[in-house]
Amino acid sequence: MSPEFSPQTKKKIEEILAHYPKKEAAILPILHLTQQEFGAITVEAEKRVAQLLGIKPIRVREVVTFYTMLKRQPQGRYLVQVCSNLSCSLLGSERLLNTLKRKLGINVGETTPDKKFTLATVECLGACDQAPCMMINLDYHTGLSEDKIDEILGSLK
Amino acid sequence: MEERVLTAQFGLENIFRIDVYLQHGGYLSVRKALAEMKPEDVMAEVKKANLRGRGGAGFPTGIKWGFVPQKVEGPKYLCVNADEGEPGTFKDRYIMSHIPHQLLEGIILASYAVGIHSAFIYIRGEYEAVAQRLERAIEEAIEKGFLGKNICQSGFDLDVVVHRGAGAYICGEETALLESLEGKRGHPRLKPPFPASVGLFQRPTVINNVETIANIPLIISKGADWFVQKGLPRDGGTRIFGVSGAVKNPGIYELPLGASLKDIIYCHAGGLPEGKKLKAVIPGGMSAPVLTAEEIDIKMDFDSLAAANSMLGSAAIIVIDDRTSMLHVLKTMTKFYSHESCGQCTPCRIGTSWIDKIVKRIGEGKGEKGDLETILRLASNIKGKTLCPLGDAASLPIISLTRKFYKELESYLPN
Repeated sequence: MSPEFSPQTKKKIEEILAHYPKKEAAILPILHLTQQEFGAITVEAEKRVAQLLGIKPIRVREVVTFYTMLKRQPQGRYLVQVCSNLSCSLLGSERLLNTLKRKLGINVGETTPDKKFTLATVECLGACDQAPCMMINLDYHTGLSEDKIDEILGSLK
Repeated sequence: MEERVLTAQFGLENIFRIDVYLQHGGYLSVRKALAEMKPEDVMAEVKKANLRGRGGAGFPTGIKWGFVPQKVEGPKYLCVNADEGEPGTFKDRYIMSHIPHQLLEGIILASYAVGIHSAFIYIRGEYEAVAQRLERAIEEAIEKGFLGKNICQSGFDLDVVVHRGAGAYICGEETALLESLEGKRGHPRLKPPFPASVGLFQRPTVINNVETIANIPLIISKGADWFVQKGLPRDGGTRIFGVSGAVKNPGIYELPLGASLKDIIYCHAGGLPEGKKLKAVIPGGMSAPVLTAEEIDIKMDFDSLAAANSMLGSAAIIVIDDRTSMLHVLKTMTKFYSHESCGQCTPCRIGTSWIDKIVKRIGEGKGEKGDLETILRLASNIKGKTLCPLGDAASLPIISLTRKFYKELESYLPN
């Protein structure tokens, strides 16, 4: 059975569809919502989105597998993505990534057993003047230091 | 001296709110254009201003608009490229968070000039907080009658939609952006046809960078002559330089085009931190070929950098210090391009990942004699052999870095 969207999400989807002359164009915003609602874009969710947009599920799969923000597997409650590009690495992002690995006890690409954290690296986040930086879910954290990382991790419930 | 024109209002508290923006002369250029100017007057003024695109390619904006057929049945579209992903670049994020209404004002003027009634701002998905600010600004502009139907009682209608990307550098390439906005993978299109005739949903389309569009209100309110004076004759206006890496004061600096790179690094950005020396500079985002410490006595404009075999690109300056290994810089670069190649053209897809594997292997101490020649040969075989500029953008900086720092890279290989 394809999962059902909540009434609030259905309403949002209707609003989104009204912005585009062709339904298909709304696929990225709808996939963002799908991921928020179900935690990942599963095969079943792909089918649901395909049905909604009147396209084949393979077309949805093509899109999901192209964009790095769209996830087919559930992530931890907090997805910690450390920028590994040049401006951040010039200011020590690799050291901070190692700190995170040690503190969370996981490697890049892994999730903690309690499903709280997933650790990843990410390409340039466009906050190079405040390097090194990372993104936790959709929030930016900049000007990072070991102390600041402790503080941030401590504040996440 | 900093020349704050585009960013003049950055310091004003709450300028992102329309009531504050209106108190400081906001939307005057729109009122003026819609009341006193015909669309062709707006276009003529922008052409005269010699405003060149701020996204990377530097194409003259007025000429780009002029390619769109004037008398055509059916919709035309404006796409604002806010998919800022070129490593080192963060200027558009500043513009959109500080002065979202100046961007909207530019969108209204550009749309009016070209006869467009539907605009999309394609913003990278990571900029969620900025996207929300833009959406709020659009709501405010609708409430005050600057967007929607019959703007300022002129009979001109315009809708603006914020469209979020989902993490793909390639979508900053204009035709990949169109594909993505149509709901597909971001695979660049073959050109021609150019977007001006066949663009979004197969309709005539203008695609402009955020900083480009944010300059339009200045041109309309202060005039093209004033704008040209702020820059160079063939290259009007100021430029927002973003400085990051090994400097004391990273940040954005708005300066006239043609400002000296040396001054930007040592005066504006405060020079390198104590104990560090300059080794190399990337002058226009990662895709711009690297300059050595001896080459920084250069003017930051399109033509001067092109003459030095580099490019102004997005005017993002990354400063590299003497404690950084150029192998590390190369590794960061090749990892990025192999990850972001869309996979459509074989030379780029295979070439970038092959180079990346070699560079990684060198980094693990398993380099082999002849590796640098292989890297140069592979990179040369990407250049000019792909549909979109990502191929060249990957190839040129890899070649320049490998050639200019050959001796250092060679030291990682067995004798």
